[in-house]
Amino acid sequence: MDLSTAVFYLVAIITVGSALMVAFSRNIIYSAFSLLGTFAGIAGIYVFLGADFVAGVQLLIYVGGILVLILFAVMLTHRITDVQITNRAAGRIPALIITGVFIYLLIQTIRETSWVKVKEVVFQPTTAKIGDLFLDSYLLPFELASLVLLAALIGAVVISRKEIKE
Amino acid sequence: MLSGFSPNELSSYLTIGAILFTLGLFTVLTRRNAISVLMGVELILNGANINYVAFSHFGSGNADGQIYAIFVIMLAAAEAAVGLAIVLAIFQIFHTIDVEAVETLRE
Repeated sequence: MDLSTAVFYLVAIITVGSALMVAFSRNIIYSAFSLLGTFAGIAGIYVFLGADFVAGVQLLIYVGGILVLILFAVMLTHRITDVQITNRAAGRIPALIITGVFIYLLIQTIRETSWVKVKEVVFQPTTAKIGDLFLDSYLLPFELASLVLLAALIGAVVISRKEIKE
Repeated sequence: MLSGFSPNELSSYLTIGAILFTLGLFTVLTRRNAISVLMGVELILNGANINYVAFSHFGSGNADGQIYAIFVIMLAAAEAAVGLAIVLAIFQIFHTIDVEAVETLRE
């Protein structure tokens, strides 16, 4: 087993292990911090897939933005004394059966399909390509994305402000 | 099971994506805390994103899949901002974020 395969196994184990913590931990703080491992591990997987820009975006937005937002929400909403019961789970057995069947079907499909692959997998910088595509064939979605972000920003402020009662 | 699990195989990435998706689904189904449900949604989106980038890398070789992954990340950020704002508003009104305790649309 060469070095890159070993690193790939490590990244995969970190990703899946932290995701297991997110799904099964009894303490919501542990769940929130385990998301850090999952997001960072996924950035590592993007590096293995030759997607350097997406890996950077993943680290910047998920780890730097969404994770901090989730931690803020956890700190602002849960009462410190109820740490043990804040992350209650209900209906675990039916959910385990449903997700068990689901993952079995997914993995069977993945293993039995003969995927069409390109002959030569290339590793090259993708940032310039992505920039060209954004300003060329994906210009309209790109502009719409800015509108969506503006709407989300204003919406979040309007929803979370305190209502002044007359 | 682990045979063929290597960085050069498409199926290993798809397997990781499937596992993350399923764990996210489990989180969404079982958690009663609204923030945990949002964490489950993030896991689902990440699992789907791995598939986009993996197919872009092994399937076509061009960057279209990565563009879609970036769009998904951007929409996840917007979703997290609005979702957590809603959670904070619910907490201010009901003093709990248990999704089963919140039964009315207005205080």
